[in-house]
Amino acid sequence: MSRFCVLAPLLLAGAAASAGPAFDYALQAERVGADVYVFIGRNEDFTAVNGGNIVNTGFIVGQDGLLVIDSGPSLRYGQQMRRAMAAIDPRPPLQVFNTHHHPDHFLGNQAFAGVPIVALDATRQGIAAAGNAFAENLYRLSGDWMRGTEVVAPGATIVPGTVKLVGRSLRLLALGGHTAADLAIYDETSGILFAGDLVFNGRAPTTPHARIADWLAALDTLEAITREAGFTALVPGHGAIARDAAPIRQTRAWLRWLEQSMQEAAVAGLDMNEVLARPLPAEFSAMALGASEYRRSVSHLFPAAEQEALSHAH
Amino acid sequence: MKLPLMVAAVALSALMPAADAANLQERGDPLNSARWNEMHKAFLAGFPYIFDPRVRVIAPGEAENPMQVPVTVDATALGKVVEVVVFADFNPIVEVLRFFPESAAAYLGFRVKLQQSTPVRAAVRTADGVWHVGGSWVKTIGGGCTSPSAAASSPEWQRQLNMVSARQWRDGELAGRLRLRIVHPMDTGLVAGTPAFHLQEIRLADAGDQPLMRIETFEPVSENPVFTVHQAVAGPVRASGHDNNGNTFSVLIAP
Repeated sequence: MSRFCVLAPLLLAGAAASAGPAFDYALQAERVGADVYVFIGRNEDFTAVNGGNIVNTGFIVGQDGLLVIDSGPSLRYGQQMRRAMAAIDPRPPLQVFNTHHHPDHFLGNQAFAGVPIVALDATRQGIAAAGNAFAENLYRLSGDWMRGTEVVAPGATIVPGTVKLVGRSLRLLALGGHTAADLAIYDETSGILFAGDLVFNGRAPTTPHARIADWLAALDTLEAITREAGFTALVPGHGAIARDAAPIRQTRAWLRWLEQSMQEAAVAGLDMNEVLARPLPAEFSAMALGASEYRRSVSHLFPAAEQEALSHAH
Repeated sequence: MKLPLMVAAVALSALMPAADAANLQERGDPLNSARWNEMHKAFLAGFPYIFDPRVRVIAPGEAENPMQVPVTVDATALGKVVEVVVFADFNPIVEVLRFFPESAAAYLGFRVKLQQSTPVRAAVRTADGVWHVGGSWVKTIGGGCTSPSAAASSPEWQRQLNMVSARQWRDGELAGRLRLRIVHPMDTGLVAGTPAFHLQEIRLADAGDQPLMRIETFEPVSENPVFTVHQAVAGPVRASGHDNNGNTFSVLIAP
């Protein structure tokens, strides 16, 4: 009997280890520029292995505290993000921005209880309307990494424009196209542009709520910022940081191709299954998740292209 | 169970080597579905049938949108086809549609609402009375049958109900293709307070009113259904039909 008592704790420890190293996202803050840091996620889809660490989040160190840009996919992520931030600078987070209403960008909000969380109006509405459904979906995809995660909606609406916050000059841009409302933040002090999911780098863009025309217009706005004298770096919503506009051009090329190929397929008379079966052009064959995002995008975008092609028949 | 299979084997022996035919029978349901026996009872009881890879049911292995899962049934590798019934084993409403190819090809593209991961199957009756069964599994997060239609949140559809947009392709690889889209909520009746409201029949005919294809549609067909058909007759095609509330439509689709 006494032997079992000794064994039992060992078995439990073994079980915990096999379930992943205590659900550790191993977040490492990467310095982008003066007092600006990011946590770069993997260029993968949500899995029970990565726990949803597929997104870039960041923070800016100001005079009295930290400004947080997106809070990640889960409560655990938000908590671990706070610990990793505290290791860089002990001052408290003063404000959290949610760039848009997709779950990998706001489900860590819970870890920032008591800190003002802000977003564009349509983002707040989107989280209120679809947040729980998004969270359920991530429980399904990421499993126990999500334990305890609940939706905390932003409590205030951002007024776009240039603001002085914690001693820094921030340009808040109310854009859209990836979703109904996409916030981009240009830290004029450091010349670093947080593009949110308007820009993907080396990973195919996601389109469940996309309006391509708006998105392309937003990319033009962002690219203009990269031509400003003070610009130093671009932080995409997914993928590596860049020192130039290359990820903007890559995202634009993908979206233009996607839009054009949906239109051409619809005009040619293809059925959705035939559109799904088409191969990616060589230009995009190396892009992470290109094949799977293409298939998802067909589901999102082809019905409208089809409707357009059929209603303009003679 | 044995007797129908034997009849099927006789019918098939003319079409494929005996060993292949025997193989097809002995393996049982190639999709290994717990619901197959129920499906057999509902659709095929008393008739000769066989699982037949010549019946192609093309659908994504993983469906992004459970309310619009594209399905293409292609039974053109068989001889003369009289009737095709499409069903999904694990849907709350199992029967999706039936179509009768008449002079059109035994081919139909459409989209379906799925409530959970399920086989989607086509049973194809050839002129000799044998049912040929094909299918494929579709994985989906589900909920397609109990989510409200988009029409439920917008009054726009009432003005456009049964409006048809359609087009024929006469040249190139897709010559003979006809696609049509019909505005209809296709409500399943499984959303609280919204009764079943769906298209029941769509008829395609040539200018001389000779039938090309007849389609019987049920609740699981997706909202604003889009159909892809192949037919060889040149000239305009008449599309007509009705829903379960007696609303009708009839349009001429130019060549």
